Amino acid sequence: MANILVYALHYEGAVNKNSLGAVSEAAKLAGELGGEAHAILIGDGAADVAGSLGAYGAKKVFVADAPAGLAGPAIDAMAGVLNGGDYKYVLFGGGLLGFEIGAGLAARLGAGVAMEVTAVTVQGGELVAERPILGDSSISEIKFRSDIGIIIGRLNAFEIKQSGGDAAVENVSVELSAQAGKATLRTRGEQRGADVDIEGADVLVAGGRGLGKAEGFDLCDQLAAAFGGNSAVAATRAVVDAGWYPYAAQIGQTGKTVAPKLYLAAGISGAIQHKVGMQSSENIVAINKDANAPIFEFSDLGIVGDLNKILPKLTEAIKAKKG
Amino acid sequence: MDRSGEKNLNPYDTHAIEAAMQIKEGGVAVDEIVAVTMGPESAVRALHKAVSLGADRSVHLTDPAVAGSDVAATGYALAQTLKRENPDLVLLGQQSDDGECYTIGAVVAEHLGAPSLTQVIKLDVEGETLVCERQAEYGYDTVEVGLPAVISVGDAINEPRYPSLKAIMGAKKKPLDTVATGDVDIDTSKVGADNSAAQWTAAKAPPQKAAGTIIEDEDTAETVEKIVAWLDERKLI
Repeated sequence: MANILVYALHYEGAVNKNSLGAVSEAAKLAGELGGEAHAILIGDGAADVAGSLGAYGAKKVFVADAPAGLAGPAIDAMAGVLNGGDYKYVLFGGGLLGFEIGAGLAARLGAGVAMEVTAVTVQGGELVAERPILGDSSISEIKFRSDIGIIIGRLNAFEIKQSGGDAAVENVSVELSAQAGKATLRTRGEQRGADVDIEGADVLVAGGRGLGKAEGFDLCDQLAAAFGGNSAVAATRAVVDAGWYPYAAQIGQTGKTVAPKLYLAAGISGAIQHKVGMQSSENIVAINKDANAPIFEFSDLGIVGDLNKILPKLTEAIKAKKG
Repeated sequence: MDRSGEKNLNPYDTHAIEAAMQIKEGGVAVDEIVAVTMGPESAVRALHKAVSLGADRSVHLTDPAVAGSDVAATGYALAQTLKRENPDLVLLGQQSDDGECYTIGAVVAEHLGAPSLTQVIKLDVEGETLVCERQAEYGYDTVEVGLPAVISVGDAINEPRYPSLKAIMGAKKKPLDTVATGDVDIDTSKVGADNSAAQWTAAKAPPQKAAGTIIEDEDTAETVEKIVAWLDERKLI
């Protein structure tokens, strides 16, 4: 048997979309390997959502009584389940916690780990992980020599699929390691800045560090207003962390995933963590003064130039066009 | 305490050194700041930069036996090197240039038996406890972490200083300790390309996306005209 264990992140009564994708993917892969997909949920509220994972193909769901939201207790809980069962692989959907837990688990178990994985295939009865490298210019294949292989997906890599079914729910107790007890959450999930809605927009004007200062977002606001209708302004993690724009408008790894008709990126270099949140946009236009910015690799229209000169004139021209 | 696994100091790691300097300058009693790296001979350049930015001394793990290590083996080798230094705090950048993001710190921490946190953008020392802020899946978390700990800092944590000419000139005078696997009790059956559990095999080209149009902005009025025409053609206005 080659069962797959999936870490499922949940918060405020809902399972994370990337985790649902990971459960769906594990169910498909386990079917090909002749095993089962199992999932593990950690912390308060886990029992309320555990049964729902059956619909995505999980045959068994472990509910672990341990603190949620930090890697330490999850590593302890998962190591316990893995040591007491018959598992060959562990799968994580994209997300920060998954990176931390998966890497820590690899160290604990002496297991191999592949991260930023975009696809997983079955070859000769084993899983092979595909991971883009060198700015996504090449895709490497990773196999595992260890008894257990740990695969951490890139954000949105795995498709959510309901295959229907019931999961047996099993409660597991967790013996916390010394280090897990040394990190505690004081507050979790604080929303900083105004509550803005970017997910339903047809046109998004997104700003990054190249705007230079918080006031630079005025240029984005004006351009979005010129487009009118269903348009909004979005931001990268770097500028949200710097306090220039609200967290609710953030795109990427720990923000939102969007796919508007038009995504206009101003002063954004195009790091992978940002790209994964917007690459499905129908049309991508990028303005950046650095001709070598990675964003030009995946934009449909790239303008190499100073956004401070271009954005105001573009705003005027769009206004004029719309009359 | 720092690590950087690049030939030149990775820009992310400069934030880690700056964070160490700010802790020291902020009145917390810091015995010393040690820069640690693993890599070929040329990686010494990264250490020179690290000490020019304020580290007191540096340690360079270099050994053919560790070449080609995957992230799990790299983290193990670094942890063994760090153990000898017995640090209260290990600081790392959030990712390496080759995109091993958010993971190396967790591996190092596990081997050291220490708590760990990544993408930290605010770090305050309160006695034997660190109070860290970081952005995770659902917003900002504030986490209390007991020392010794392994913390990966995000790029928003600070603006790294530039080294003075005097500091650059003096960098080569600061102690540099070059060590091999045998010096820091690294089990060589656990490191290197052949012993790494994640085995990199074939590489293939990604599906080709048609290259986009590029406009070099020389005459902005003309550039804007082109952008508007492009958008109009696609009914986006």
